[in-house]
Amino acid sequence: MPQIPETHQKVRFYQTGTLTVGNRLLDAEHRSVQGTMDRSNSLDSGHRACQGCGEALGARFAIDAAMRATNNQLIAANATGCLEVFTTPYPETAWSVPWIHSLFGNAAAVGAGIAAALKAKGREDVRVIAQGGDGGTTDIGFGCLSGMFDRNDDVLYICYNNEAYMNTGVQRSSATPGAARTATTMPVGKDPGNAFNTGKSVPLIAMAHLIPYVATASVHDLHDLEHKVTKAMGIHGARYIELFVPCPLGWGSKPSDTVKISRLAVECGLYPLIEAEHGELTGVTKIRRQVPVGEYLKLQRRFAHVLKPANTHQLEQLQAIANRNIKKFSLIEEQGGQE
Amino acid sequence: MLKQIEGSHAVAEAVALCRPEVISAYPITPQTHIVEDLGAMVKAGAIKNCEFLLVESEFGALSACIGSSAAGARSYTATSSQGMLFMMEAVYNASGMGMPIVMTVGNRAIGAPINIWNDWGDSMSARDAGWIQLFVESNQQAVDVHIQAFRLAEQLSLPVMVCMDGFILTHSYSQVDIPDQEQVDAFLPTFEPRQLLDPAAPLSMGAMVGPEAFAEVRYLAHHKQMEALELIPEQAAEFEKIFGRDSGGVVKTFNCDGAETVVVTMGSVIGTMKQVLAEMRDDGISIGALTVRSFRPFPKETLRELLKDADRVIVFEKCLAVGMGGILAMNLRMALKDFPIRVHSAIGGLGGRPITRANLRRMFEKGIRDEMEEPHFHDIHMNIVERELEREQAQRRSGSIAENILQDVGVVAAAKTI
Repeated sequence: MPQIPETHQKVRFYQTGTLTVGNRLLDAEHRSVQGTMDRSNSLDSGHRACQGCGEALGARFAIDAAMRATNNQLIAANATGCLEVFTTPYPETAWSVPWIHSLFGNAAAVGAGIAAALKAKGREDVRVIAQGGDGGTTDIGFGCLSGMFDRNDDVLYICYNNEAYMNTGVQRSSATPGAARTATTMPVGKDPGNAFNTGKSVPLIAMAHLIPYVATASVHDLHDLEHKVTKAMGIHGARYIELFVPCPLGWGSKPSDTVKISRLAVECGLYPLIEAEHGELTGVTKIRRQVPVGEYLKLQRRFAHVLKPANTHQLEQLQAIANRNIKKFSLIEEQGGQE
Repeated sequence: MLKQIEGSHAVAEAVALCRPEVISAYPITPQTHIVEDLGAMVKAGAIKNCEFLLVESEFGALSACIGSSAAGARSYTATSSQGMLFMMEAVYNASGMGMPIVMTVGNRAIGAPINIWNDWGDSMSARDAGWIQLFVESNQQAVDVHIQAFRLAEQLSLPVMVCMDGFILTHSYSQVDIPDQEQVDAFLPTFEPRQLLDPAAPLSMGAMVGPEAFAEVRYLAHHKQMEALELIPEQAAEFEKIFGRDSGGVVKTFNCDGAETVVVTMGSVIGTMKQVLAEMRDDGISIGALTVRSFRPFPKETLRELLKDADRVIVFEKCLAVGMGGILAMNLRMALKDFPIRVHSAIGGLGGRPITRANLRRMFEKGIRDEMEEPHFHDIHMNIVERELEREQAQRRSGSIAENILQDVGVVAAAKTI
């Protein structure tokens, strides 16, 4: 089997006890957009997101990076959902980019329409982002998203994946993992929580559309997110980034654990970080320090039942999924192996 | 320039003359020829600076227009029937957000049972959606009203639906005067959006509005439609100056003055009616007609003024509010509530049932005798209805109504017409 090359990043940051990140150790050109004085603050403070909201954190970094990459020539279309609601309580707005919210299921199509308008007007210097949560992307917005991929519209779609419908009160989506408690998959009965062998991987489906760029990212590695957004904005055509964003409210986790949970999701293998171009996998983020899935699960009340003795079969199923991901995407460096 | 031309092609040429910048559409019979022709024109470069989006659904089609309109592009789509229902969430959104999109509706029945032929069920399903709805009676008027629709939409920052009878207009060939580009340019100014997604002046569109302001937003939506009632005739008058045709306005009368009986309808059926009414007047019957061209906004005052002296009104419409009756009739009764005028409601032409001179005359005569049931189902075959009702009475598992009836009338014959 051919080795999948490791993704872009040459310099790695390791989380320290104080959660600081060594941005200042880098050359100026490699420093994060967020670490610069002239960042655009496109999603500004004062919005109504919950404490520890992974989506607010991710959106801020993603949009600021896109603004930097496009010389501030950016328009954003937003699906209905938390990100829309907490940023634009009438008559206030937290956005300093031109921003439109139309419906729950049409952000990709609205984005495609904006891109078409800009092309018709010869304003292809202005770029377009469409964004939404996992429900607005993988479920109700899926038809429009697939259409946007199919037509290769010049839009970067960012899905903020918190694995359920948080805005409506934590109901299951097609991005909810097996065993997870949601309001519609309660931890009762002999297989508590969400059913296994359901759901879908939209990054893999996006790859099947052979679009120019697909990536997954996580809010524990915001440098990587900025890099992927910047790379995406350097490409024309349909692009897709799915960002893993813990939701303290919906997951029953501490607001202060958002970044830690993101890191553990990646390090246990449940959330692989990948990059793909034109349908081919071009990079993965290797796991440096693998952890058992239990380390990730135990910080979230939505999985509390999984850790009870009666439900070890669920814990094993989740570990098996992580193991499959690790194998499928070569997430762990083979010891002493040479390509 | 005079052309012998299909209705759909005429509409495509009219839309092209309006210099659209984004066209986004999903195919559905009988709208297809319009967007096929526009697609070919864009691909051939006949429409300059225009993008044509081949979308995955009607919901996507109108959503893309919402995006393109917000980004300042003159935007157009077209649909029919189920397509209208599939895009319905975006239909309300487009008007709520004040996007001046123009959409042609090739009017077609809504299923089940699935039916591709003409009635107004699709447009009527969106009658409260906040769009301006203009019904046309001929392909010439379809051309003329599309040109006015863009100007009206952009002036008010509201979307406009141009409703034309599917097949009867969309697929029929007739002589149409296609205007010159100079005429259209003189009538239709460049699109200056009221709100624009622009990095040079960022704004947020589509904010959540709670109880503190929602009622005011709805009030203003209604207010804007009331403004349109004045604007539509003004624009029609200006259109007539440039193009030399009376082809717009909120209503059109045909020998209404002093008529004891006035038939009120919309769309293309007035063509057949005019012949019937002329024959009836020759026979000494005092009867005229009126077509409602603007169904939304509904021109209540104008109708009151025009109909106040009539003894009776016969409303003929190709749509039904199931469980209530005639939709146009309901609206008209509301307009005439202060007058002692008998308003009869006739519903016909559903799912493409032919409307003939003979059956129209029988129906009008019944109305004049004030013998109409409420509502009156025009040219309905009661024997078929009764047979099905008996079947349902006789056995619990009586099966699907639509298929039972097809068997009664002869499924082979039905299949042949499709």
